[in-house]
Amino acid sequence: MSEKMNVLCLDNITMQFGGVVAVDDLSMEVNEGEIVALIGPNGAGKTTAFNTITGVYEPTNGQVSFLGKPVVRNHPQGKMKKQYKGSDAEKFASEPVLNPTPDKLTALGMARTFQNIRLWKTQTVFDNVLIAKHMLRTSNFFTAAFHANRAEEEKQRAEVLELLRIVGLEEEQHEPATSLPYGKQRRLEIARALATKPKLLMLDEPAAGMNPQETAELTAFIGRVRNEFDMTILLIEHHMDLVMDISDRIYVIDFGKLIASGTPEVIQNDQRVIDAYLGVEDDA
Amino acid sequence: MIDKQEAKRKNLISLAAVLAFLLLVLALDQIIKPTSKMYMLLTVLQKGSVYALAAVSMNLLNGFTGLFSLGHAGFMLIGAYTYAIFSIPSDARDTVYQYFDAAVRISFPETLGNALGGFGTALGVLLSVLLAGLVAAAFAYLIGLPVLRLKSDYLAIATLGFAEIIRAIFQWKKLGPVTNGSNLLKNFDRCSTFKLELGGATLSLSTFVPVLIATVCITIIVLLVNSTYGRAFKAIRDDEVAAEAMGINLARHKMLAFCTSCFFAGISGATMAMVLSIAQANNFKSAMTYEILLMVVLGGIGSISGSVIGAMLFISASEWWLRGLDSGSFLGITAPTVFRNGFRLVVFSVIIMIVVLFFRKGIMGDRELPEVLAGLRARRAKKPEAKEVQGNE
Repeated sequence: MSEKMNVLCLDNITMQFGGVVAVDDLSMEVNEGEIVALIGPNGAGKTTAFNTITGVYEPTNGQVSFLGKPVVRNHPQGKMKKQYKGSDAEKFASEPVLNPTPDKLTALGMARTFQNIRLWKTQTVFDNVLIAKHMLRTSNFFTAAFHANRAEEEKQRAEVLELLRIVGLEEEQHEPATSLPYGKQRRLEIARALATKPKLLMLDEPAAGMNPQETAELTAFIGRVRNEFDMTILLIEHHMDLVMDISDRIYVIDFGKLIASGTPEVIQNDQRVIDAYLGVEDDA
Repeated sequence: MIDKQEAKRKNLISLAAVLAFLLLVLALDQIIKPTSKMYMLLTVLQKGSVYALAAVSMNLLNGFTGLFSLGHAGFMLIGAYTYAIFSIPSDARDTVYQYFDAAVRISFPETLGNALGGFGTALGVLLSVLLAGLVAAAFAYLIGLPVLRLKSDYLAIATLGFAEIIRAIFQWKKLGPVTNGSNLLKNFDRCSTFKLELGGATLSLSTFVPVLIATVCITIIVLLVNSTYGRAFKAIRDDEVAAEAMGINLARHKMLAFCTSCFFAGISGATMAMVLSIAQANNFKSAMTYEILLMVVLGGIGSISGSVIGAMLFISASEWWLRGLDSGSFLGITAPTVFRNGFRLVVFSVIIMIVVLFFRKGIMGDRELPEVLAGLRARRAKKPEAKEVQGNE
């Protein structure tokens, strides 16, 4: 029996901002079809890790592999060689530095959403999803400008409509994106990410600012997305309910360091995790 | 699908409206004689179409892609000069370049005209106009490499600076053999000489040609804005970070928008040279960019029909309607002490302030003309209904 394919793999990722080590030697992996959560208290470095994976930051050291190929990498011969003095510094020394921009990673099949919803405000719900399809175009600038790509355009529009139907936003398709209630905006953002036909969906605090009922709906929605699209999902979250309900595996980080990993049951009973979230007595 | 038929019908109506407008211009071109009082209308149409194209191309950049660039006069200058240099006939060349030895010794309209007759001349003019756009786009590419890394105000300052540098360079004496230094370029094929011989009758095309060029170019921009690339531009304007995360290559798309915009600015400059029948670097000052920006803002940032309306209103007001304010009598009132040189600009500034105060988003906002008309029709259709209800009560 073949093992499930490794979709995302972080090797010794370190992200340093001057003297602050935001992510310290983080290694983790996400396998095909899994929902993996990355959690941690405020300021633990979750979002920094996320931004390193998606190409917003260039890591100080380490490597991110996607679908078995290295996509983001830095090492002691790279730009940051003076700063980093970790023990594993030599590991990637002979490899070239890779620092793609976020759009290149999206083209490879990594789609993300944002913690503070970033929809295109003047566009309708339909157009928000349609624009995400721009990436998949086969027409060049001139055929597109003279509307010689009718067939492709029609196909994309049909796909967008189908996607909106699946996520339940079909009725609101002509409305401006910002007129939607918060929960639906979040759903639209996920639909927009799905429109790029990703292999890995990355959700940055999808339940941020939601009440318990909205969170429950979102939890069900994420589960449905996984089933309908056979999606692999990596999520960063604060809401324990959501994380415990849908995650297959959880990674917990604190002060940039990985402190625990495993199934939700294991994490719930891990003393280090409880300490990190509730504080140890002499700290309090 | 009903939607598709509806869209098709709308497209046909727009096409018919554009063709009707072109025919009307062609007719006006024949009816109105240079001695007529209404000749001002033709002047306004000529200049207005030049500025409308410039405003729409600026809107493509400022309104649709969110790149605040103020280099338009510079790119129009490049267009005007390219057109002029490649259209001066050989026998006029030595009179034009009287202090220099002309370096460019080819004239597309003349060469092609000799080979193919009247049709060749038209083709040559077209070729020169296209070349004007391409040269402007090439300059835009080179300038875009460094400046498109900048954002908002900084981009505006950098492009403004480049436009001024271009103007200075074109007046540089060392480049005299090409640009004729600070002297003007003239005697090339211009609007007032465009004619069509049709079975004995001669049709004047002096207004039709610039209007046609502007119409074709603006139609292409409309198509572009409604294509997948146009949508990507709008995404960059609305949220750059989200656009990049959704796989839109920012550097490439910004460069595309910048070069396309400058291509059409170059064509607009070439048309301006045709209309004014001279090309002189000193005319393309930054004040011209501000005028174009004003038209865009008046019409509505992000509305193509708005830019056209803004440009036409601006040119009509400054060239025609308010002219009396400068020359003694206005609306039948004769007061030479008040209505003298410069007063027009005072009134003009007040009007602009009023428009900006009461139409914050410009005349059209970010809507297009068909949308606005459909909205008006819907409102008119609603009103009688409301009356009926009252009557029943």
